[in-house]
Amino acid sequence: MAKHKFYHFLGCIIPHRYPSIEKAARIVFEDLGLELLDMEGASCCPAPGVFGSFDRVTWATIAARNLTIAEAGGHPITTGCNGCFASLWDANHELKHDEELMKTVNDNLAEINREFKGSIEVTHYVDALYSIAGLEKIRKHVTRPLTGVRMALHPGCHWMRPAALKQKDNSERPHIFRELCETSGATYVPYKDELICCGAGGAVRTADVKVALDFTKQKFNSLLEAGGADIIVTPCPFCELQLDLGQVEIKKHFDLDYQFDILHVVELLALAFGHEPEEFGLSTHLQYMQRKSEPNWERLGLKT
Amino acid sequence: MCNPQSVDIVASAEDRSTIDIDSTDREFVEMIKRVGGPNIQSCYQCGTCSGSCPAGARTNYLVRLIIRKALLGLKEECISAPELWYCTTCYTCTDRCPQDVKPTDVIKAIRNIAVAEGHMLKPHQSVALKVLEAGHAVPLDKESWQKLREKVGLEPVPPNASRYHETIEEIRKLAKKSGFDKLIAPKEE
Ligand code: SF4
Ligand code: SF4
Repeated sequence: MAKHKFYHFLGCIIPHRYPSIEKAARIVFEDLGLELLDMEGASCCPAPGVFGSFDRVTWATIAARNLTIAEAGGHPITTGCNGCFASLWDANHELKHDEELMKTVNDNLAEINREFKGSIEVTHYVDALYSIAGLEKIRKHVTRPLTGVRMALHPGCHWMRPAALKQKDNSERPHIFRELCETSGATYVPYKDELICCGAGGAVRTADVKVALDFTKQKFNSLLEAGGADIIVTPCPFCELQLDLGQVEIKKHFDLDYQFDILHVVELLALAFGHEPEEFGLSTHLQYMQRKSEPNWERLGLKT
Repeated sequence: MCNPQSVDIVASAEDRSTIDIDSTDREFVEMIKRVGGPNIQSCYQCGTCSGSCPAGARTNYLVRLIIRKALLGLKEECISAPELWYCTTCYTCTDRCPQDVKPTDVIKAIRNIAVAEGHMLKPHQSVALKVLEAGHAVPLDKESWQKLREKVGLEPVPPNASRYHETIEEIRKLAKKSGFDKLIAPKEE
């Protein structure tokens, strides 16, 4: 079978703030025999809750420009960010189903000699891992199961919602993300507010960071009420930033202490596949950089 | 749960006055339908959206209320409300609305109208400007970010707009064509 190739859409937060996710993705995809191609000259997706809230046509135009880069090479896109996924997938879908929007957007794109054709698909890492690589193959690569590590999940919103449109998972009782994370061997810990938003989206973090952090606090408290966890895993760098750096910000704004290690699903899998945390720079997460701290190696079962 | 200081949870006397139906904007609903909330008129005010809404649980943002006001044509009240910007677009309401109103899309459409009529928050303006300046809402704007990349074993500058200046030129041309550059230009005080 020919090797699966994806255009790797980086977005902003992964390459510019959480590069450990970019590195871990490269490691995990390579281990699984999936090829990631650079998407040269891609821009901001642009942020769906931000640009989509300002001007839908401009949002769709900039997203379509990114899509044309992948269309030229003829391979699907994959992205590790719920926000980028929402912009690129939604724009791709809306443009394919709304002739008027497509006409306006292509009229704009003509200005830079590009044209949206609607010839490729957009996937999230979770889709590529779950549906293309498959859980069975992933399990075969797990050489260092995180046995005994208590793992809470934060699936986030946009890779599965709106459910009727995305047609992927039941957004009230999702299972895909959980099954993917469970291949690591860690133990899933449910908590009441697992499915609420991290608080960062929709331009709220930019508008009022305290309101955004109040969502995050609710999640943390709900998790502590359920007995706590050793790690929280998410499929999104913006959620990761909100949960990770958010702990430093919560300390600053509310004087409350939380100590959670936050992992992107590809970071979790890189560890489970036997890679050392130094190979992708787990300790560069912004909470560690700012607190001058380190991951809780013991709780992660990595170093004693 | 916190009541952020920036949120005024007490309704003003003005809010409680009788609605003068002759002074409302009948066109507003049609505008929302055009801009991205075509199902708004299916709303029967059950409140499932607000009951599901994590933003409404901690601020004075009530999605059902905004939809009701929009249906009544209370355009100014809708587009000038600061709480319009507390929706995180989590889509929980959209997944639960029994009438397929797609409240998230309705809110985004009202935000589009608000921005078109000059109601844009300063921090939002600067994020938008960043995309036109650097091609990214969160740019690689310090050497320390490049160092962070090197630390994890990646090239200091990724193959996106941070490396390719042509991208930024293209984004600027697109923003000019769609009129977005004017929309986000800092307004005279
Ligand atoms: S859930 Fe739907 S029908 Fe019910 S109030 Fe909200 S928008 Fe209206
Ligand atoms: S999408 Fe917005 S209005 Fe709907 S539940 Fe989420 S925060 Fe509330």
